[in-house]
Amino acid sequence: MTIAEKLTILTDAAKYDVACTSSGGDRRGGQLGKTMAAGCCHSFSADGRCISLLKVLLTNVCIYDCQYCVNRTSNDLPRAMFTPRELAELTIDFYRRNYIEGLFLSSAVVRSPDYTAELMIRVLALLREEFGFTGYLHAKAIPGADPALTARLGQLADRLSVNIELPSAKSLALLAPDKKKEAILDPMGQIRDSIRQAKAERQKYRHAPAFAPAGQSTQMIVGASGESDYHILKLSEGMYRKYALKRVFFSAYIPVGTSPHLPSPVGFRPPLLREHRLYQSDWLLRFYHFQADEILSPDLPHLDPLLDPKCAWALNHLEQFPVEVNTADYRTLLRVPGIGVVSARRILAARQWRSLDLDSLKKLGVVLKRAQYFITCSGRMTPGLRVRPEGVRRALTALEAPALAPQYEQLSIANF
Amino acid sequence: MSTWPPCTMLYDGSFAGFLSCVGESFRQKVYPFYFLFPRTRQISLYPLREVATDQALARELYGQLEAQGSAAFRRLITYSFLTSLPQRERNMFDAIYLAFHHALPQDLTDERLLVLTRAVRRLVHEAHQYKGFVRFADYGGVLVGQIAPENRVLPLLRPHFCQRLPQEAFLLHDKTHRQALFAVRGKWKLRPLDQLDLDDPSQAEAQCQALWRQFYRTIAIPDRENPRCRMTHLPKRFWGEMTELRAEARQG
Repeated sequence: MTIAEKLTILTDAAKYDVACTSSGGDRRGGQLGKTMAAGCCHSFSADGRCISLLKVLLTNVCIYDCQYCVNRTSNDLPRAMFTPRELAELTIDFYRRNYIEGLFLSSAVVRSPDYTAELMIRVLALLREEFGFTGYLHAKAIPGADPALTARLGQLADRLSVNIELPSAKSLALLAPDKKKEAILDPMGQIRDSIRQAKAERQKYRHAPAFAPAGQSTQMIVGASGESDYHILKLSEGMYRKYALKRVFFSAYIPVGTSPHLPSPVGFRPPLLREHRLYQSDWLLRFYHFQADEILSPDLPHLDPLLDPKCAWALNHLEQFPVEVNTADYRTLLRVPGIGVVSARRILAARQWRSLDLDSLKKLGVVLKRAQYFITCSGRMTPGLRVRPEGVRRALTALEAPALAPQYEQLSIANF
Repeated sequence: MSTWPPCTMLYDGSFAGFLSCVGESFRQKVYPFYFLFPRTRQISLYPLREVATDQALARELYGQLEAQGSAAFRRLITYSFLTSLPQRERNMFDAIYLAFHHALPQDLTDERLLVLTRAVRRLVHEAHQYKGFVRFADYGGVLVGQIAPENRVLPLLRPHFCQRLPQEAFLLHDKTHRQALFAVRGKWKLRPLDQLDLDDPSQAEAQCQALWRQFYRTIAIPDRENPRCRMTHLPKRFWGEMTELRAEARQG
């Protein structure tokens, strides 16, 4: 089989993985490559997703039969496997030409978790030790592999991830009978502890070995099983806290299986809008100091498809608005729809020198189309603006509608 | 803005040359309304002054930018010089005049600095985009890339690629500003370069490009196709220089 054929099969098998990010690293000084704290997108594929890393599987030969997964044993599709050297050389060839930031290495489980992890280690070791590669390496830890192997992966990679796969143990038992919740959570805990330990040691000894310095992440499939948005957000929040994750990624389920436990593939549309709203909520958790319980509740378990979650929250908490931009503190400003981290920082910096009016906000680059309903400048709102809850909801929904229409085609509740 | 009599200054187009113009203006008390350098062919209404680049004076003024302004102000000025802002030099001069003869406005919404701030923001953004979007091809061991940026991004890309490719020899050509960055194992030079004609790539290079195009096609999920989203993140003006999108760019 040629490299091109292998690349095609093993890219096709990896494309449903999300997490193509290359951020959080600060590695340099090798023979080739440097990581950037902010990450770097090298291209965007036809689906609009960022391409940062060479995202492939080492092999798609799998001993498991997870129903939601395209690579399950029972699925009849072409199988392939890179040799560690082929994959390492391909990574170097692509990196030199500035196609990629590095390698995102994942794999189906071939023979056994230990065997798979050992093969992955060989790829990473070739890159780091033989080619002197200091670009970005993201590796999937293989659940069920010996902890010593996971530890070795962590010494070589910038980021490790373990896929939680599905949002609950019940769904996991139903759809991935070979995977146990513990087998997923144990390596997560191990990675967390190793990262903490390595950080502490590096504070004492500068040359102490790093362990996954860009942290760990996870992903779960949304829409293959029946969990609510509230459940998913609570789970994400819990994992950020408990496992100190850098990111939780969501992946809208795309029908790849025919199991009776899965949504019927006939006429099924991937819940892309739901995924989008979950990411927006995830941003609120990570950068905007929101709690999952503020965004949703058991009585209101689903995100509003028509409104971004920050607008939805603000409309439900109009008693906290309007906010005075000249006096509000940073966290209060961050809760205003339309004001993000950059705008909030600019407002704080600019108002040290003058009081801000609407015009100066515009000059600072603050976008007012959403914010105007929720702020005052020295006590004044936009002249002529009427602020009644229903009217504001209509206006905000109308602002979003054009962006949603082509992208998510069908806005019917059937998607949820 | 200064009340000095306006003039046009002719200089060599370098940053040191620009600072020499500023020094000349302060000495002669004239307001450089237009700036020309040999490559621009324009006729000026105002009296023309030819300013020779004075490295010592330029270095002195460069220090003053921080002393009279701030470190951030000096960065704003140096970066502004790399932007494609219309009347870039005059806007820069106005800001420097303000900092030296009055006081640097602390108000971030002050229109006189905001012009430069906005232009610099665009420059930095474009440089960041190119860190990802530059494509090199291997010509006998030398990596060669071409870009067509709006701003002069090469000085901002230089440290990035030199750190990233410390053992390589590479050439990055800016077609818009006819300039190229030459680097060999971390040592570098920025030189004018009008045109760069390249032969067909070697077979090994062509194969590597084909592999990348194949990866690019395969990684997209058909169920999620979203051309508008791609266009937002990767505007079409970049496509012509990118291995994976060159063919689509040609089709229009």
